[in-house]
Amino acid sequence: MSHGPSSGEPKRTPLYERHVALGAKVIDFGGWAMPVQYATGILDEHKTVREAIGAFDVSHMGEITFRGPRAAEAVQRIVTNDVAKLVDGAAMYTTTCREDGGIVDDCIVYRETADAFLIIVNASNIEKDFAHFRKHASHLATIENLSDQTGLIAVQGPKALSLIAEIAPDAVPPRPFTFRPAPLCGARVTIARTGYTGEDGVEIATPAAKTGEVWDLLLSRGAKFGLKPIGLGARDTLRLEARLCLYGNDIDEEHNPIEAGLGWVVKGKGFVGEEAIAKVRAEKPKRQLIGFKVRGRGIARHGYPILKGSETVGVVTSGTVAPTAGGAVGMGYVPSALAEPGTVLVADCRGKPAEIEIVKGPFYKRVS
Amino acid sequence: MAEYPDDLRYTKEHEWARVEGNRVTVGITQFAVDALGDITQVDLPKEGEAVTKDSIFGTVESVKAVSDLFSPVSGKVMKVNDPITDSPETVNEDCYDEGWMIVVEMSNPSELDALMNAAQYEEYLKEQG
Repeated sequence: MSHGPSSGEPKRTPLYERHVALGAKVIDFGGWAMPVQYATGILDEHKTVREAIGAFDVSHMGEITFRGPRAAEAVQRIVTNDVAKLVDGAAMYTTTCREDGGIVDDCIVYRETADAFLIIVNASNIEKDFAHFRKHASHLATIENLSDQTGLIAVQGPKALSLIAEIAPDAVPPRPFTFRPAPLCGARVTIARTGYTGEDGVEIATPAAKTGEVWDLLLSRGAKFGLKPIGLGARDTLRLEARLCLYGNDIDEEHNPIEAGLGWVVKGKGFVGEEAIAKVRAEKPKRQLIGFKVRGRGIARHGYPILKGSETVGVVTSGTVAPTAGGAVGMGYVPSALAEPGTVLVADCRGKPAEIEIVKGPFYKRVS
Repeated sequence: MAEYPDDLRYTKEHEWARVEGNRVTVGITQFAVDALGDITQVDLPKEGEAVTKDSIFGTVESVKAVSDLFSPVSGKVMKVNDPITDSPETVNEDCYDEGWMIVVEMSNPSELDALMNAAQYEEYLKEQG
């Protein structure tokens, strides 16, 4: 399922037929036929994840493994975060960068054992990342792209852990960013306490051939908790409320982790891009990714210019309504001098000005 | 209710027009509503403003997208459905009745001839695939 996106028909995940049967509106998302929403719509799906449980098909994402006695060294060569902090069964968020510090991708690294690591990467970057990883680390470890053989289902929401405790009582990951192997539907799956919604929950990696069975199990056993399938539309509003970056929108190769506010995942040593990023850090970035709330009406969307007075000073990278937090929110790049929380700028919403106020932190934080 | 009521006229931009004498009520079709998904904001002109056939008179924002509203006829805005600006979900729930947008007094009723009837609109949607 990881063949180049250019070849005509969008690729399908192992759950495609199920999405169609569930009444999903399926769109071509970066070369993948994915559900953007199901019958009840994005706002209802968003609420379901904030209040109960949502199940997301994220099988389009990529899985790349690093094996061998020098696997940790290989991973450290290509990720910015500090791999030495990982113990068996622990995971961390990180970026992977070019020599000049530009972000190649953001991803999660999982340490199974000292000589076996898994990196889950964005769907649109699988081929690029695999080539990047091999270029810089294939002399240190065996690097394999298992994206074709692997399905991934996210189970997110305040009741997600209760559902997992019922179907895999011995494999509930104890803390965020830990994971456990589990037998499920006759297969060996990995249950990781990670996600992209701002809620507690897990992501379950399964062999592709068993993804359908695991999905069916989650939907049937999750029904009493109010579980619903959730499409990419709500995935976007959920992640943006939690102020999580979307690769291709908020971060890309033209921006480095310091500009993107991801300096907290640049803690490793000896990785590709280290020098360039250290230089940005020392000299302070010229522009920064900020979060904003729209004052009054309007939705400032991806690509809209950000103005100070009549001068264009930046650009909106993501923007949507915030169903739980209220109003409209977004992220964008502005010059560092204008990045202070409380600063008021204007987003040019197709000719209509909308005041935006820069705010700190996530737009939505769960009460834990 | 039929998806595309027979008593309405339609534009290629997916607005509908209900003609009553010299006045036309304007809204968006079920096709537009389905394409937009959950509608979260509606921006409409004020009473007394002029609108021009095929020109933008407002916008509809959904979670997914923003879409311009095009007037099916030229004339003066006589009434505006202000309640839907506070409860835009009304448009999702009932796009042909409670979810109407503006009433226009026509300055050139012959412009109606350019609009499609329900059968033509459905045919147009099929052609668009």
